[in-house]
Amino acid sequence: MVALEGPPVSGPLLRVSRLVTHQRGPFDLSIDAGECVSLRGPSGSGKSLLLRAIADLDPHQGEVWLDGVPCEQIPAPQWRRQVALLPVESQWWQDKVGAHFPDEDCPWLIPLGFDETALGWQVSRLSSGEKQRLALARALMNRPRVLLLDEPTASLDEISAAALEAVVADYRHAAGAAVLWVSHSAAQAARVASRHYQLTPQGVREGKP
Amino acid sequence: MITLSVFDLSLAALLVLILAALSWHMRLGLERSLLIAALRTVVQLSLIGLVLKTVFATTGVLWVALMAVVMLAAAGYEVMARQQRRLKGWWGYGLGTGAMFISSFAVTVLALFTMIGNQPWYEPQYAIPLLGMMLGNTMSGIALALDRLTQTAWQQRAVIEQRLMLGQTRFDAIDEIRREAMRSGMMHIINAMAAAGIVSLPGMMTGQILAGAPPMEAVKYQILIMFLITAGTGFGVTTALWLASRRLFDERHRLRLDVLSAPRQ
Repeated sequence: MVALEGPPVSGPLLRVSRLVTHQRGPFDLSIDAGECVSLRGPSGSGKSLLLRAIADLDPHQGEVWLDGVPCEQIPAPQWRRQVALLPVESQWWQDKVGAHFPDEDCPWLIPLGFDETALGWQVSRLSSGEKQRLALARALMNRPRVLLLDEPTASLDEISAAALEAVVADYRHAAGAAVLWVSHSAAQAARVASRHYQLTPQGVREGKP
Repeated sequence: MITLSVFDLSLAALLVLILAALSWHMRLGLERSLLIAALRTVVQLSLIGLVLKTVFATTGVLWVALMAVVMLAAAGYEVMARQQRRLKGWWGYGLGTGAMFISSFAVTVLALFTMIGNQPWYEPQYAIPLLGMMLGNTMSGIALALDRLTQTAWQQRAVIEQRLMLGQTRFDAIDEIRREAMRSGMMHIINAMAAAGIVSLPGMMTGQILAGAPPMEAVKYQILIMFLITAGTGFGVTTALWLASRRLFDERHRLRLDVLSAPRQ
């Protein structure tokens, strides 16, 4: 992982300006270090597309900055390690869970409700809820500075959802990370985030949860 | 050498006709493509027989070159036509053709200059059949490998993108798919080498023996040809897969399946 050296830049950790993707937008938003912002909007309004564009997975117009550095100045794989996207449905391509982790030392397994043996589990036996929580642990292994969470508790029960919310909050405080949290629930948005964005056909509007 | 009469060929053709009738009777749906392919064999091989007769008689380098270009163009078309999801635009044709040009032509010219070493090196009686065998096998390998690569990339797009999201490079993200495609492109030639002489008597060697060549001479030629085919196929498939898997991503390591056309029905 490459840390960005240099004098601290005042201003948001993540800034999105005039971003247009798949004929949607332009979108503008910004998130400070250590801040969690919720993003809500009707299905099909382009929340996932916006997240994909910020992670630079789709061609787009407009600018995205991380700590004042424009996206295109950072090699794409490094960008995605620092701006981590957690998609609604995670993918697993090896037989064992642990083969998807860079090393055995994952401090988030226990807070997420697993024991140490989880890395030895067969992927084919995971429930969708287990996959969702393990996908967060896997994404955090890159120590990202920005987390883009796409309905991260969609297939979780209340207890697991609370555990995941706590892990994200802890990581955000400890690492000073910026979090953009897509949620369908106003209650969850109010619980996890301090500012709230609404996605409309005209762009991103700040408002109530 | 025993020459075959029209009657001999008609007997063999009758077997194919019976097979087609059986397919029709059992509703296997194969009879149409079977008969068309059989007819194509007769027409194409007869035509090429006439062409070879003419080319062999001339021994002009231009005629040989022209013949080689026509063969390459046809092989390139076959590679493209066998793709379910081909690369859009010029790439669909150019990629397979280019890879075959690099591998088949290079290996054939090398063999003609060094191993066979006849005078002149482009003598059509050697150059054309050799190139034909190279192109035929390289074509199958490249067609299989490219089809496997694009199909698997399409089916596993979510996995590829997940790996990109985790910060893998485009090379790492498609590495396993490319390896699988490489395997499917090379498998037939590796199997052919492994089975040669035990399970199967290779066609060229059989042909030489039928034509009256001493078996050991035929065997030496067959070994040479198989090694050449293996090298040509291997280099061709490697080149084609490298180019195609690069083409599937852009410079920001994004998976760009929009470079592929919709599958044919």
